[in-house]
Amino acid sequence: MTAAPSDDAAILEFDDVRLSFAGVKAIDGVSFHVGARELFAIIGPNGAGKTSIFNVLSGVYRPRRGRVRFDGRDLIGMRPHRIAALGLARTFQNIELFANLTVLDNLMLGRHTHIRYGALSAFAWLGRARNAELAHRAVVEDIVDFLELEQWREHPVRLLPYGIQKRVELGRALAADPKLLLLDEPVAGMNLEETEDMARFILDIRDELDLPMIMVEHDMGIVMDLADRIMAMDFGRAIATGAPAEVQNHPDVIRAYLGEEEAAS
Amino acid sequence: MTVARPRPRQLAGRPELYTSYAQHLRLLNTTPKRRAVLALAVVAFALPFVYDDQTLRLLTLGFAAAIGAIGLNIVTGYAGQVTLGHAFFLAIGAYTAAALSGDPDGRTIGFGVSNVAVWLLAAGLVAAFFGVLVAPLATRLRGLYLAIVTLGLVFLGEHVFKEWEELTGGPGVGREGPVPVLFGNQLNAPGDMFTGEQKLYLLTLVLLVVFAVLARNLARSKVGRAFAAIRDRDVAASVIGVSLTHYKVLAFAASSFYAGCAGAMLYTITGFIEPGSFNLLLSVQYIAMVLIGGVGTVSGSIMGAMFITLLPRVTRELPGFAPFVSSDASAPLNVFQIETVLYGLLIIGFLLFEPRGLYGVWIRLRNYWKSWPFSY
Repeated sequence: MTAAPSDDAAILEFDDVRLSFAGVKAIDGVSFHVGARELFAIIGPNGAGKTSIFNVLSGVYRPRRGRVRFDGRDLIGMRPHRIAALGLARTFQNIELFANLTVLDNLMLGRHTHIRYGALSAFAWLGRARNAELAHRAVVEDIVDFLELEQWREHPVRLLPYGIQKRVELGRALAADPKLLLLDEPVAGMNLEETEDMARFILDIRDELDLPMIMVEHDMGIVMDLADRIMAMDFGRAIATGAPAEVQNHPDVIRAYLGEEEAAS
Repeated sequence: MTVARPRPRQLAGRPELYTSYAQHLRLLNTTPKRRAVLALAVVAFALPFVYDDQTLRLLTLGFAAAIGAIGLNIVTGYAGQVTLGHAFFLAIGAYTAAALSGDPDGRTIGFGVSNVAVWLLAAGLVAAFFGVLVAPLATRLRGLYLAIVTLGLVFLGEHVFKEWEELTGGPGVGREGPVPVLFGNQLNAPGDMFTGEQKLYLLTLVLLVVFAVLARNLARSKVGRAFAAIRDRDVAASVIGVSLTHYKVLAFAASSFYAGCAGAMLYTITGFIEPGSFNLLLSVQYIAMVLIGGVGTVSGSIMGAMFITLLPRVTRELPGFAPFVSSDASAPLNVFQIETVLYGLLIIGFLLFEPRGLYGVWIRLRNYWKSWPFSY
């Protein structure tokens, strides 16, 4: 984790984006970029606008102003399923799995944009559809293997413990073979052991899959250990961007987290 | 370099050990399932040579209703779009088939194309076309709002069918059902070997098997997973790349296709279409089939349809056992009232005690006997 590889071509450029809800400025002119092999973290107090950035990226929210370029394409105004097909995958802060489906089906849904056959082939289940299902099943099994989910494969997701559900959701995002992975609080609400497992998986993803990631997280230990660069936000604004040590000691960041020095005296 | 290997086989005594993904994805992926379905098929195909024509006609109606129930389960059970408009699509199918196969010189519109293959496909396609027209509503509305709007469809349809006398014959008069001819053989009239009821029974049974297998295929495919994703969490579904519009339209199209074919078959069996019969009660009966049978299952749809179709046959026997129940519709306590109350009670009962429906009851029985004599 020596040199921040931010100098190579950026996979994502987020340029002066503004988003507001009835006068509340959720994102107020935020700009940043993510390098092609970078683990970029976004931190900030609750309501700072971190998840709003994710929702703009995945097309759930449409910002009032600004430009978002991902892999050479403009994302603003694009429907969520189109953005997913471009190679942007994410996890959610409060797990958004398909609770009644098994782990395998959830992971297969992650591959949805890669499975190409029509409804008529689906009805017939001959040749095309069957072969595609078998081929993608093999890919999904690799992810099951990678995330150590073997024993849960056939379980409906709603019956699984919280930590495992988080891992399944990570698997669903990985199944999409994304070019950029968005992780929204991957270790929120986890105990120490689960947190360490998740950190290990995130490092594995970076080392083995060479996948750029944006991570929103409150757990400072994880953020400082894993991130190449960090952006700190407060009230919809970016207050500091840079290497972990730099951001950690930035006076504005300390003020945002701990409050004003002079107000106390 | 591939070494020739014997086809991977399942091991005896290890029903849940699979040695290939293909084995796991198979429709009947265990030996007991294969045997049970085979036995069921043999019984079903033997029944027409055992039962009298009246019973056969009732069973045939059940099979046709099952096709419609599978259709409703595709859109409501699998894709989660609650619709009360199923009666409308049944009607579209019935009238398309009846008009195509009807007598060109008769009282009502008819084109004389009596080949089953032609009018059945047409009935499905025309109904699917209307399904596609209605589907955009589902992309704007959800839950109860969608149910209410599709309910409007039933009233619209009822009005049109009552007024359009050239097609439907008008209320109280009606028109003849579709005329089924297959390979030059009139299926609803007695022939050299079989009675009309036997022929229609066999045709409907074959159709049900085909439609059921197609629906199971759809359910285990990419499309079925996308339906379930939309049903469980639509925002997450779109974020992972499922186009909500595309799949909702597809669900309505497939469901209406099934309904259209079911409608055509139902009124071939009864032989008569009364325009007033495509009302809210008919839609509710199909909802009851799905809820009582099992939401999101094909076998449940079939069980539910058979149950609801055979229920009146059972309640009609009631006056024999309980003298205070009358079979006269004008009496204070009659079988028709009991039937209506039973529909309601059954729906409430199943929702409260076994939300997975008859399918769930079956699963429980199966699991009990799997581990018998141990409790788990």
